[in-house]
Amino acid sequence: MSALSDTRTGARDGRPPGGTGARPLAETAQQRERARTIFEKGAPGRRAFEPPALDVPRVDPDRLLPQRFRRSEPARLPEVSEPEIVRHYVNLSKRNFDLDSGFYPLGSCTMKHNPRLHERVAGLAGHARLHPFQHPGRAQGALELMWRLERALSEISGLPHVSLQPSAGSHGELAGVLLSRAYHEDRGETRTKVLTPDTAHGTNPATVAMAGLEVVKVGTSPDGGVDLDDLRAKADESVACLMLTNPNTLGVFDSNIREIADIVHGVGATLYYDGANLNAIMGITRPGDMGFDIVHFNLHKSFTQPHGGGGPGSGPIAVSDRIEPYLMTPRIVRLEDGSFDLREDGYPKSIGRLRGFQGNYGCFVRAYAYICSLGAEGLRDASETAVLNANYLMARLRAVARYLPPAYERTCMHEFVLSGAPMKRELGIKTLDLAKRLLDHGFHPPTVYFPLLVEEALLIEPTETETRETLDAFADAIRAILAEAEEDSEIARAAPYTTPVRRLDEAGAAKRPVVRQALPAADGS
Amino acid sequence: MSRYTALAPADREAMLAEIGVSSVEELFAAIPAELRLERPLDLPQGMPEQDVFAHLRELAERNVSCDDELSFLGGGMYDHYVPALVDMLMSRSEFLTPYTPYQPEISQGGLQVMFEYQTAICELTALPVSNASVYEGPTALASAGYLARLAGGEGRFVVSAGVHPHSLETLRAYARGFGAEVAVVPLRDGVTDLGAWREAVDGATAAVFFQNPNFLGAVEDAQALAAVEGPVVVAAYDPIALGILKPPGECGVDVCVGEGQPLGNRLDFGGPSFGFFAAREEYLRQMPGRIAGETVDVDGRRGFVLTLQTREQHIRREKATSNICTAQALNALAGVVYLSWLGRRGLVELAELLLQRTHYARETLCAIDGVEPLHTQPVIREFAVRLPAPVAEVVERCATRGVNPGLALREENALLVAITEQRSRADIDRLAEVLREAVAA
Repeated sequence: MSALSDTRTGARDGRPPGGTGARPLAETAQQRERARTIFEKGAPGRRAFEPPALDVPRVDPDRLLPQRFRRSEPARLPEVSEPEIVRHYVNLSKRNFDLDSGFYPLGSCTMKHNPRLHERVAGLAGHARLHPFQHPGRAQGALELMWRLERALSEISGLPHVSLQPSAGSHGELAGVLLSRAYHEDRGETRTKVLTPDTAHGTNPATVAMAGLEVVKVGTSPDGGVDLDDLRAKADESVACLMLTNPNTLGVFDSNIREIADIVHGVGATLYYDGANLNAIMGITRPGDMGFDIVHFNLHKSFTQPHGGGGPGSGPIAVSDRIEPYLMTPRIVRLEDGSFDLREDGYPKSIGRLRGFQGNYGCFVRAYAYICSLGAEGLRDASETAVLNANYLMARLRAVARYLPPAYERTCMHEFVLSGAPMKRELGIKTLDLAKRLLDHGFHPPTVYFPLLVEEALLIEPTETETRETLDAFADAIRAILAEAEEDSEIARAAPYTTPVRRLDEAGAAKRPVVRQALPAADGS
Repeated sequence: MSRYTALAPADREAMLAEIGVSSVEELFAAIPAELRLERPLDLPQGMPEQDVFAHLRELAERNVSCDDELSFLGGGMYDHYVPALVDMLMSRSEFLTPYTPYQPEISQGGLQVMFEYQTAICELTALPVSNASVYEGPTALASAGYLARLAGGEGRFVVSAGVHPHSLETLRAYARGFGAEVAVVPLRDGVTDLGAWREAVDGATAAVFFQNPNFLGAVEDAQALAAVEGPVVVAAYDPIALGILKPPGECGVDVCVGEGQPLGNRLDFGGPSFGFFAAREEYLRQMPGRIAGETVDVDGRRGFVLTLQTREQHIRREKATSNICTAQALNALAGVVYLSWLGRRGLVELAELLLQRTHYARETLCAIDGVEPLHTQPVIREFAVRLPAPVAEVVERCATRGVNPGLALREENALLVAITEQRSRADIDRLAEVLREAVAA
């Protein structure tokens, strides 16, 4: 008798419809509709855009732009009417799974609900149609909003100075490492190493390399925190910085953080906080109070920006007093009369500018609206509920611990890691197979194969905006998949069955990359 | 409890019981007491939706947007008309709310959009490969610097002074990190001084960078600038100007980057927009960011996946070609929808219209007493004029009359004036009238 035979099934219809991967199934309507790109639609002469009439005296265009600078053939863009464009992209959109339709427990990405209010306020002409070179005197609302957001992020992080400039978390990391480097160089020190735990996000080591420094990995202790002995052994005067996420990517809060800070500061290095996991601790504890010098925020995670299918994001940073002189420009300053200005001059030690203009302002509007909606109490409630939801889901999944044990047997923060190693060994299905079968149940799978430290890892982050019923349904689906695999593991191995396409040949795609549509040669029309 | 969390008190109790703890507080036991914030965050009380809306609207009303004045501001971001279908498609949940397509079977929409976007960028630039977007224009240029560095050059960067100042500053900040020296070649009558350029480029040059049209609106001789032996040739282009400009792929450019905002993206006070990044085939494996590729599924259906991921940070870590993770997928979607809307002929027509109107505006403004062109090079959508009165004061005087005459270039006491299809002849005439009075005052 199966250990899971009493499982509740049918959270969503997760049956392979009428068979398994070994036996080809009837195609769904969406599967029958083969992909055609916008470049394969339309016909010569069709159009959507109607240009305004030429209302100035016409001058021979070749006089204005000499022939040698001109393109000989128009770019081969689509020739389509407005209805064709709308239908094409609306139908394409239906080939996406999205957060508004279903549960998206993608660990480390904080896929929380995106309030539509944010889209409405960001779309107001005063925000959306404000030119970035508008004179600060005529952009006072925007500068005040940015200033208020800076102050709020400062309070949430416990660090006094904020720059909103970076475009995403990884960009905030680059800012942080460059700031750390500038700080040491200003003190006449050349430090070449950055310590990162082996649990770190891939962006951490990639950032260090871009900043011209060397990555040194620090090990993880059996309870999931930083291995203090390893840290002590590696922390010396050549270290510029330690980059840390707390709670880390195992969903574990490192209780030794003060000691870690002492070790790092003891050798004169700085401590960098990767804010990817800030959603666990808002209003509860603050990176600045833990001893961090530099923090980045992921506004698209903790402060809920729609993720857009892979951006935009926004990655502001907060820093301590000793790092402040190096902060990027321009900076927002509040003048004595209460007005606001953007200032570039007067910061001789600044690392300069890391992108154009003032940052992803549209994201600032949304994040600020979110903070206004929640206030101090609501932010704390968000974190508490995120942690409650994660622990609840972890508890519900105890029933399948035989196949999917937690990587660390302890209370988690806002996310947790399961290992699919026993499942692979005993049932012959990998974490990837489980993830693909979840697609048939109508769920976005968790993050898989990260953190690298855990074999066959699943990193699950439910967020605070999901209901208990959703968490139950997800746990039930996992149980159902495992019960099914006990009977016939081939079903999961060949999943998914119901998605617009089934498993794709990724190796082939990388071996013979086709990264654009091949178009017929221009016919000169 | 906020309106975005859905747990009633009874849910919480039942959940705590399932976990086996008696309070939420217990879940935070790992956080040492001395690290707890023993007070509420010092933030205003939360507000109901309608109050937040009113507050954000009040802030919006204290900005002077392109709806509130007749604006000729440009300098990298332009007030082009964004068609309604772009707004409609961008606000669809299916495009708005997913994340990076890590699970291709349920992300074919987003992946195909990336593939179409890449195709459109390749067509615009006449370069064979494009990624699926980077943050924005200046970081795209700086990332091209990192590509040049990885492609084997430890040497210095030679940069035209015609590159957008924000791009130059961003490149400098990045290059200070990975250790490349930056040398700037000045302009001469509005374009890169070719003699100085050729002199500056030598065997120790890893990459050269120019912009076309450059920051002053002038069309550069791209072929001449790209005719250098050895270094990676990086050029930043205006995507609208590419409707009529000889594409960089035909001029000897190796990597073409640019600010994507003019393609269907809002001004948004500077972001989010997107940066485009296209290159010669040989740099495909050194490109930053996501790339979508075509493939088939197990049943032979055409499909799309993220490909060449071994370049990326989540696989390659410190050996990655970039640290970028979240890019600008939604903004790139707006870009490809906008390009489809313009279409093959529309992009040319738009650029030709700008060419004519910009010429008219330049002639009209230069007919004002004391106003003269800062340079006499061909321009497509933007031009600079020197003023006979202090530019900051002139801008203020125009503002009182509801006209934003352009970007003040203080060092040259000049104005950078941008034209879009939303600025008619009547608008240009109005600008000339207001400017005439402002410089005479």
